Amino acid sequence: MDFKFTEDEEAFRRKVHQWLKHEIPQRWTELDPGIWEETEESWALAREFQRKLGQKGWIAPAYPKEYGGLELSHMKRLILSEELAYNRTPMSIEEEITVNWVGPSIMLFGTEKQKKEYLTRIARGDVIFCLGYSEPNAGSDLASLQTRAVEVGDEYVINGQKTWCSYGHLADYCWLAARTDPDAPRHEGISIFIVDMKTPGITVRPLINILNRHSFNEVFFDDVHIPRENLVGQKNKGWYQLVIALDLERSSIGYAAGNQRIIEELIKYVKETTRNGEPLANDCLTRNELAQLVVENEVARMMAYRIAWMFSKGLHPSYESSMSMVFVSEVMRRTANAGMRILGHYGELDRDSKWSVMNSRIMRMCLSSLSIGVGGGSNEIQRNIIAIRGLGLPRR
Amino acid sequence: MDLGLSEEQEMLKKSARDFLQRECPKKLVRQLDESDEGYSSELWRKMAELGWMGLAFPEEYGGSGRNFLDLAILLEEMGYNIVPGPFFSTVVLGGLTILTAGNEEQKMRFLPKIARGEMILSLALTEPTASYDAASVNTKAIARNGEYVIKGTKLFVLNANVADYILCVARTRKTKDPEDGITVFLVDARSPGLKCTLLKTLARDKQCEVVFDDVTVLEKSIVGKRDEGWPIVKAILQKAAVAKCAEMVGGAQAALDRAVNYAKERVQFGRPIGSFQAIQHYCANMAMDVGGSRFVTYKAAWRVSEDLPAALDAAIAKAWVSEAYGRVALSAHQIFGAIGFTMDHDIHLYYRQAKAAEIIFGGADFHRAIVARELGL
Amino acid sequence: MDFTFNEQEEAFRKEVEDFINNELPADWVEKNTYWPAGYGTLAQFEELSPQVEQFTRRLAEKGWLAISWPKEYGGAGLSHTEQAIFHERMSYYRAPAGEVATLIGGPTVMLFGSEEMKKEWLPKIARGEIRFWLAYSEPNAGSDLSSIQTRAIEDGDDLIINGQKIWGTAAHVSHYAWMAVRTDPMAPPHKGISLVIVDNTSPGVTIRPLMNICGFHSFNEVFFDNVRVPKRNVIGEMNKGWYYLMVALDFERLVIPIGSFRRTFEEIVQYARETKHNGQVLSRQLLIRNKLVNIAIQIEIAYMFFWRTAWMLDRGLVPNIEASLLKLFTTELSQKLANTGMQVMGHYGQLESTSKWSSLQGRVCLGYLDCISALVGAGTSEIQRNIIAMRGLGLPPK
Repeated sequence: MDFKFTEDEEAFRRKVHQWLKHEIPQRWTELDPGIWEETEESWALAREFQRKLGQKGWIAPAYPKEYGGLELSHMKRLILSEELAYNRTPMSIEEEITVNWVGPSIMLFGTEKQKKEYLTRIARGDVIFCLGYSEPNAGSDLASLQTRAVEVGDEYVINGQKTWCSYGHLADYCWLAARTDPDAPRHEGISIFIVDMKTPGITVRPLINILNRHSFNEVFFDDVHIPRENLVGQKNKGWYQLVIALDLERSSIGYAAGNQRIIEELIKYVKETTRNGEPLANDCLTRNELAQLVVENEVARMMAYRIAWMFSKGLHPSYESSMSMVFVSEVMRRTANAGMRILGHYGELDRDSKWSVMNSRIMRMCLSSLSIGVGGGSNEIQRNIIAIRGLGLPRR
Repeated sequence: MDLGLSEEQEMLKKSARDFLQRECPKKLVRQLDESDEGYSSELWRKMAELGWMGLAFPEEYGGSGRNFLDLAILLEEMGYNIVPGPFFSTVVLGGLTILTAGNEEQKMRFLPKIARGEMILSLALTEPTASYDAASVNTKAIARNGEYVIKGTKLFVLNANVADYILCVARTRKTKDPEDGITVFLVDARSPGLKCTLLKTLARDKQCEVVFDDVTVLEKSIVGKRDEGWPIVKAILQKAAVAKCAEMVGGAQAALDRAVNYAKERVQFGRPIGSFQAIQHYCANMAMDVGGSRFVTYKAAWRVSEDLPAALDAAIAKAWVSEAYGRVALSAHQIFGAIGFTMDHDIHLYYRQAKAAEIIFGGADFHRAIVARELGL
Repeated sequence: MDFTFNEQEEAFRKEVEDFINNELPADWVEKNTYWPAGYGTLAQFEELSPQVEQFTRRLAEKGWLAISWPKEYGGAGLSHTEQAIFHERMSYYRAPAGEVATLIGGPTVMLFGSEEMKKEWLPKIARGEIRFWLAYSEPNAGSDLSSIQTRAIEDGDDLIINGQKIWGTAAHVSHYAWMAVRTDPMAPPHKGISLVIVDNTSPGVTIRPLMNICGFHSFNEVFFDNVRVPKRNVIGEMNKGWYYLMVALDFERLVIPIGSFRRTFEEIVQYARETKHNGQVLSRQLLIRNKLVNIAIQIEIAYMFFWRTAWMLDRGLVPNIEASLLKLFTTELSQKLANTGMQVMGHYGQLESTSKWSSLQGRVCLGYLDCISALVGAGTSEIQRNIIAMRGLGLPPK
């Protein structure tokens, strides 16, 4: 056992840290968009910054060099993710999905042509995908999705409705799961497609989220014609591709690192703030609460480290990723709640108030953290996975 | 970074599990729990033959020259099986203290004997305040003609009833700073004036009241320096907390394994209860608690092993694992239902162990206070 | 809304309080190791006889073993709120105030028994002459109670019973089994069960002790080998037992020793006020205060759940999910109380009563073990949550 990074890895961390410190634009820091708080302005800033990051090879460092990657080691990728999140790098949440789900799925199942067409562009930060998975009646029970894709000549014609499509109004492509064989058993008739969001017949309607921002969308497909070559992998085998993609290296390290930063800011706040002449940091309950956050976040970080370490050993985590996601999402919620207790009334203030503290980050986190643990497989589904795949409990 | 065990460590783990399963069945555990000694000399001898007592001692003192991390692996297995006896107090509290703070003569005198299984040690630290701060050390040791006379009452002393020697933490000087003036003595347990009374506890883990009524010891029994014993105690406590966590991780893993097996077998409403989502989610939570506990424990153990500063990591581990094990043991009981509430069932042994382990060396609040301090709060 | 008690109720409370002060042995509250809602030390009551016997007789004389029953059946004819006041006070002093026959069997017979049956059983129960034990669970029928296999076959005017029951609390010190048996094995599981009262001394009944983790003999395995029972001992109609059982279970869940929560909490608070750590009393420590206050708040809530059920009964409403809520909330509180007691007492919490260093008679040490039984008995917490979700909130069963 060895819990330290090598000298080379530490040097890499310093390099990334320094670079980010210099390159993150001032305007981004002013806008300070948290999760689900993107605006068109911040989105544009992030895209611009992502291209810079792409030039360093730091968007998709895992990809083969021929597709614009660095073939970086798992540990360095872990470090990179940690630094990007900790330093609040301009990037959108869809970046993660594009780089870590879509790209690798194309790599595994795509044609040579698809690989050439998309992977390099993903790695350069030129394209963003949104996910076309959930439907009004297919949430946790994704396999019941109804959006249809019918093969007509050289094309597929798509009809149906997707929902919770994050940043669908800004993304370039949709990574779509649609039913291609309605007569087959539920899991057998699903296929995956790449759909250009500019294709005629696509209507995107905003859903305003709990932070009063437009992040989610309903997306309607009305006789949308796409080339047949946009099918990814085998027809009707989409479900299996999708499940494998869910198991791909999806690390919760970003969440843990971001949360670490919040906890540090809370610690700084209680050290600097006095109430009735007494520093908040002297309050026994506050100390206890903050210490518990540190303890929990350390557990979360170790769980995320394990995923990277397993990959580095050629092992394939499955339920371990679920554990890591469930745990970190709940730590984030507890951090937000504890932060609110510590800040008291000040925690309630929105950013525009001169009295607001920590840029209202805690209040925003209270709201945004509700989504972590719902999207990408709810915590209930993740716990089922832990119980069934990890512990071998019977399905029925 | 490497979060896995080496081949050698895997072997140690596996052989320990097999050995204990064979040699320390629950029947023996119960028997020892109810006995006054609380350990089996036969099992003790076999453990010594396997080199367990001297595992983390250098070879020149009769040990196998392995490190604290290896010891933690062994302790995890001992927690998994539950092994009553003075291993923890002899090796972790006694042996490692002499190894790190004792002089050459003391090391030569005690460590090989410990390694051979011929000596049992105990640490007399806590007093009726039952806490782990320097101010709570009020047992006095007064210098008199080149000797020291110890007077005071120590409470919750693990395995003192069978100890050959007791490490006694006493006050040799009182100044404004409670951490100043503390001295660690190695006291022969048969010394006149020393009286040991067994306490009947929840986990039947042989905690004792030890009264020092003018017990005389020689100057050469001081471990480390006179009046400068508190850093030694702090170091013991840090290691002890981490070592206890390792034991707890094992216990929690065992409780989880047993509960999962039962959930697969027990049929109600025509299906295994493990197919009900409520039970599955209990199990998933338990698995997260066990997994998380193992990481923070081994990270702290690794730091201790590498001689890196470990105060923060040790406190993080004890703060987390103390509560996590409690949750796991309680959930296991909930899954077993009524059958777990019977004396004949084994699961309550873990539930008892969880509480005792949580309390000893400071509970979660105590360690969170250390975490806060370490963070500069 | 009115959260106060009326004059009559206040007077009754005073009467109960005076009665307890006069009749309960002075050292009783301290000696009794009962943990709120635990089953582990229950049989102790009986082992402490004849004190219990005498106290119970005095209670029966007042009609207080059957407070809310009509006078014609030996009850006191008082309200359910008064009954609740009585139980609150009695449990506060950990006093024996009824058992399965008075709290579960009697009320069920009152609802579903024939006039003949009521006349036969209720007065005896009200006089405290007989005690019941609950013969529900079997080795393979725990949470899934409707899968019981113990068979009762009709034979003339009798039933002949064969099978095995488990977790019979205090069966060894009771007189009759209040028992669920299968009378129609061909019917769907819920429709072939009957409830019957079985004399413990019948030939063919064998009672074997089960030692619980508190170290007490409270549970039993009971074997029935061709046990003959008169058919008139069947409650209500044959094969309708499941329905009666559900009602009886609600009665059982209403039997919450609410006062003992407050009492035990007060003892722990007292400990925290009297125990100094490095010159400061524990009760002044912020973390300890915080934990204690958390419990105090939950005890207040538990009391409101408790009074509500009495209030409902007095208005002719039947507490059902309210019984489950009360049971679930208080039993989980029992566990939290034990854990908080442990945290307050630290090392001392682990000591059994025999040690000279122990405090509160080792009650917390025992309670840490006993609270487990509270979470499991009378329907596990999971079953209670199912009931609340499905019956209370209307969530679909499947």
